[in-house]
Amino acid sequence: MTDWGAVLLVAIKGFLALGAIMTIIAYMTLMERKVLAFIQVRKGPNRVGPWGLLQPLADGIKLLFKEEISVSGADRILYLMAPVIVTVCALLPFAVVPFGKGIVGGKFLGVPLDQWALGQGVLADINTGVLFIFAISSLGVYGVVLAGWASNSKYPLLGANRAAAQMISYELALGLSVVGVLLLSGTLSLVGIVEDQDRIWKWNCFRQPLGFLLFLIAGSAEICRTPFDFIECENELVAGYQTEYSSMKFGLFYLAEYGHLLLLSTLVTTFFLGGWQGPVLPPIVWFSGKVFAMLFFFMWVRGTYPRLRYDLLMQLGWKVILPAALFNIMITALVLTLIY
Amino acid sequence: MEALFFYLFGGLSLISAGFVVFLRRPVHNAMALILTFFCLAGLYLLLHAEFIAVIQVLVYAGAIMVLFLFVIMLLSLEREESLQDPRGRLRRWIGGFLAVLVFLFLAPVWTLQVLPVLKGTFPPERVHEVGNTIWVARLLFTDYLLPFEVASILLLAAIVGAVFFAMRRL
Repeated sequence: MTDWGAVLLVAIKGFLALGAIMTIIAYMTLMERKVLAFIQVRKGPNRVGPWGLLQPLADGIKLLFKEEISVSGADRILYLMAPVIVTVCALLPFAVVPFGKGIVGGKFLGVPLDQWALGQGVLADINTGVLFIFAISSLGVYGVVLAGWASNSKYPLLGANRAAAQMISYELALGLSVVGVLLLSGTLSLVGIVEDQDRIWKWNCFRQPLGFLLFLIAGSAEICRTPFDFIECENELVAGYQTEYSSMKFGLFYLAEYGHLLLLSTLVTTFFLGGWQGPVLPPIVWFSGKVFAMLFFFMWVRGTYPRLRYDLLMQLGWKVILPAALFNIMITALVLTLIY
Repeated sequence: MEALFFYLFGGLSLISAGFVVFLRRPVHNAMALILTFFCLAGLYLLLHAEFIAVIQVLVYAGAIMVLFLFVIMLLSLEREESLQDPRGRLRRWIGGFLAVLVFLFLAPVWTLQVLPVLKGTFPPERVHEVGNTIWVARLLFTDYLLPFEVASILLLAAIVGAVFFAMRRL
């Protein structure tokens, strides 16, 4: 017997989380522009609303009303599908990220909260959470590759090839750099990983310093943030795979890009910084505080580091980060076997 | 609810498998195959095999098909070139023959009402309780260690071979 009240509550919870994520993504664009402006001693957007607070809204409306230009000779279906795939794959992994502490038992509007993670601070506590995230984000590559291929244009195709090679290479390093954390907590569920780091000295950034560093590097390469943003390297590739997209289709790519940044920040927080754990303040405050600190960190990096060279990026991935991640796994496993 | 999802995933996987065979452009075929893998993962999920489902998406849909797509894009294979090739015809006959063979092999399944599942140490309830990742790992590293290691040596040999051939080209 299906409890329709619970189904309704799950749907409402999902929509609330989606709304929050979309709003944060919109304001991340403003935050990034403000932070970059601060680093470059400029003022940044300050005309629309007080301190430019309505800027994301104005940007959204502008994108919606821009003229839609489509390419002749493009593969129509795949051309339209690509931004959708990218956006969905950027938003779906948030379902397993725990953002707060759960309530044990209890009822809400007569619906018992112990089913379907309703009382928990996560949308879905599945016991293969980490693998789920990697599976979904590995599907995001298709959006990029299809966007480049279906545009029937040279620069997007080159950009897409680069993107695919880069994302496949760094996905491996990213996955391996988390294995140390998984060994320590002994579970694949993100809720379990957070619950394992219940003291500050048990936060994985202290127990897994090498893994933390590798995750940060491989993560920013995976989502193509600035030291590694070769897929839209404007002086070589115009705008990479999204060159031929305009209007809201471009807007979706943009949304996915910031969605990836937000996802990476939440994952760093969850895996290495103890998630919502922390003294005195309520869990959700700790969680958002850490996520915003990570966001600021990535924007800071964007404001201060130049771009690498593409072949060096590949060398770094395969010859430095991957062996270092394997080394980290070996050391962690060795220490754990010696202790237990 | 479960039956609904079963027919949804099952039907969709059959339709997309049909697309894999009948669509004209290689990129479309590859995309349809990815959809098929996705529906299969959904079916695994209905069987409480979360680990297999996620690995299905991660490895087949996420890694292997990206390589397929990469090759198709790099070689920019265009439509129906292989069909004019006389060897292509032969391959189609072989493929058809193999398909019929597999179908005949699986045909007895149709006559069964309930599959004779081994009701052994791992009923769904118990697996669901502890999470099947742990059980898969435990079995893989104890009872099935030899096949596991043999498979890893095979993969290593394949990697070494690939690097060897690539080195000669450079």
